[in-house]
Amino acid sequence: MSAPDYYDLEALLTAEERLTRDTVRAFVEQECLPLIEGCFSREEFPRQLIPRLGELGVFGANLKGYGCAGMNNVAYGLVMQELERGDSGLRSMASVQGGLAMYAIYAYGAEEQKRRWLPPMARGEAIGCFGLTEPDHGSDPGGMEARARQVGDEWVLSGVKRWITNGSIADVAIVWAKTTPDDEIRGFLVERGTPGYGAHDLKGKFSLRASITSELVLEDVRLPASAILPGVAGLKGPFGCLNQARYGIVWGAIGAAMACYETALDYALNRVQFDRPIAGFQLVQQKLVDMITEITKAQLLAHRLGILKDEGRVRAQQVSLAKRNNVGQALHTARLARDILGANGIVNAYPVIRHMLNLETVNTYEGTYDMHTLIVGRDLTGLDAVR
Amino acid sequence: MKILATVKRVPDPETSIKVKPDGSGIVADNIKWVVNPFDEIAVEESLRIKEKVAGSEVVLVSVGAKVAQEQLRTGLAMGADRAILVVAEDGLEPLAVARVLVKVIESEQPDLVVMGKQSIDDDSNAVGQMAAELLGWPQATFASKLELAGDQKTATVTREVDGGLETLSFPLPGIVTTDLRLNEPRYASLPGIMKARKKELKEIEVGALGVDVAPKARLVKMEPPPKRQAGKKVASVEELVHLLHTEAKVI
Ligand SMILES: Cc1cc2nc3c(=O)[nH]c(=O)nc-3n(C[C@H](O)[C@H](O)[C@H](O)COP(=O)(O)OP(=O)(O)OC[C@H]3O[C@@H](n4cnc5c(N)ncnc54)[C@H](O)[C@@H]3O)c2cc1C
Repeated sequence: MSAPDYYDLEALLTAEERLTRDTVRAFVEQECLPLIEGCFSREEFPRQLIPRLGELGVFGANLKGYGCAGMNNVAYGLVMQELERGDSGLRSMASVQGGLAMYAIYAYGAEEQKRRWLPPMARGEAIGCFGLTEPDHGSDPGGMEARARQVGDEWVLSGVKRWITNGSIADVAIVWAKTTPDDEIRGFLVERGTPGYGAHDLKGKFSLRASITSELVLEDVRLPASAILPGVAGLKGPFGCLNQARYGIVWGAIGAAMACYETALDYALNRVQFDRPIAGFQLVQQKLVDMITEITKAQLLAHRLGILKDEGRVRAQQVSLAKRNNVGQALHTARLARDILGANGIVNAYPVIRHMLNLETVNTYEGTYDMHTLIVGRDLTGLDAVR
Repeated sequence: MKILATVKRVPDPETSIKVKPDGSGIVADNIKWVVNPFDEIAVEESLRIKEKVAGSEVVLVSVGAKVAQEQLRTGLAMGADRAILVVAEDGLEPLAVARVLVKVIESEQPDLVVMGKQSIDDDSNAVGQMAAELLGWPQATFASKLELAGDQKTATVTREVDGGLETLSFPLPGIVTTDLRLNEPRYASLPGIMKARKKELKEIEVGALGVDVAPKARLVKMEPPPKRQAGKKVASVEELVHLLHTEAKVI
């Protein structure tokens, strides 16, 4: 139960934060790792873990009240790190549940909506998904085509959302749509089984296979007036949620990188070629040094970001910088690890190829690497290079 | 029902332990410390009783350095109600620990004490038995099953003994020590960790208890087990059998 910690980050953690991390680590090692390769190869999510993750209290663990654990953001980040040390799909499920769906209700919901959904979602008894992306609108969600029009007391929603994590197993979908006629982006709670609403899974992924990715289809779905999230209008609604989930990804990516580094180090020390362990060759050492350097930088970035977040002064652009860096570097680390393992780097006897493939998704979703470059670039220069 | 469970801070069984060059102990820096696994089973068993018997209380007790607070917090995060830390230097002998526990037991007056059968650092397997003797209480060690009568006045304990099972029944209060198969301890939950922060953790200086904790034995030396010698590859079954006869002399 060790983990790379080159700069004694341990000393920055409180006893509670360490206990949180160790608890989730033990859970992942004992309950998740034995299942995960099988799930990945069968392209399925280990659903039986959901109630247990709920019992553990990982869903929305940094939210306060409504049955949530109310942890600080460093502890929450460590939870995400440990989940993703298992598999990015596991962390994605928890991110979408807590960071996107629960957070949307928590931040923008009516009291009644919070009381109805947050406690069962925290327990893992109700599952949420978050529908923002559409087939023709990814990095530019402002162009979305999903529509909501008011008919009497009701809202009528139509549109298609694609690439939606947890979609087909969700009891409640947070769907973002533009209102007619005033063209404002609003969030709606769409419950499973509502007539006109359906979800089907997207298959054939080579990445995040142990995760459910669905398409949501809404055909004149009639919703009561109480289905709208009253607290927000405009893109800042979904962006607020994304910012929350991206923060978790900043830590999660470190977990995946740690798993790759540890596997590669161990492998390099034991694999003998030309009469010595390959770890004894300079080129291999350089790769290992690059890996631990990037992990260490990512850890320090994440920890500092957590403190800024706890102090309530984190800026979205700072989260963008860390999401871009930590995921980009985790992907780089995973590729180096894959290389060090040679042929063994492409088989599921080792976790490396799975993490590497998963990280391709993590690099793309919640804002691609390049979109975060442009967000930080705009912040530095005041010049918008997005449009 | 009031249940007292013991918690000892020990090195993580998965950490690699180094002995100090002068043989005076182990290198304590940079190792991970955990709740003694048998004590974790004791805490779990106590919590299960609490969940069955309404109005029960689970009190944890540890004897050791101040840092053992962390292990008590872990037990509180699992669901125990409060904790007592008797602050003493680490490495008290079993009899000293038993005497300290007796003092705590006399003041707390629990109906049942559940303890690990041994701690995985010193492997003495003695404190539970000694405490029961000092108190004049019944004891059942190496429990693989624990059941309470409906009126909670008697306990029935199944023990794993050589070649079979032994079932003991005794009136409470008494002491039970846990074996590996008694239960599978739960994970602390994250809300549990948050709640543990607010639970009472009382510290008592060992000096205030007025018991003799002076050591009776002196640690002469610790040494690591000899390094394993590299194995030998043999070319054929014949050679293997030959060497087993002539070199290993096992057949
Ligand atoms: C497995 C998986 C799960 C997902 N889960 C969810 C979910 O739960 N909910 C949800 O709403 N979405 C989800 N997504 C969608 C994800 O957020 C989008 O895929 C992502 O935002 C990118 O959009 P896109 O795929 O349409 O790519 P595009 O936006 O088409 O981008 C393609 C490429 O063009 C680049 N690009 C685009 N615009 C610019 C520009 N202005 N300047 C420079 N380069 C640019 C991008 O960086 C990228 O390299 C998921 C995706 C995946 C793969």
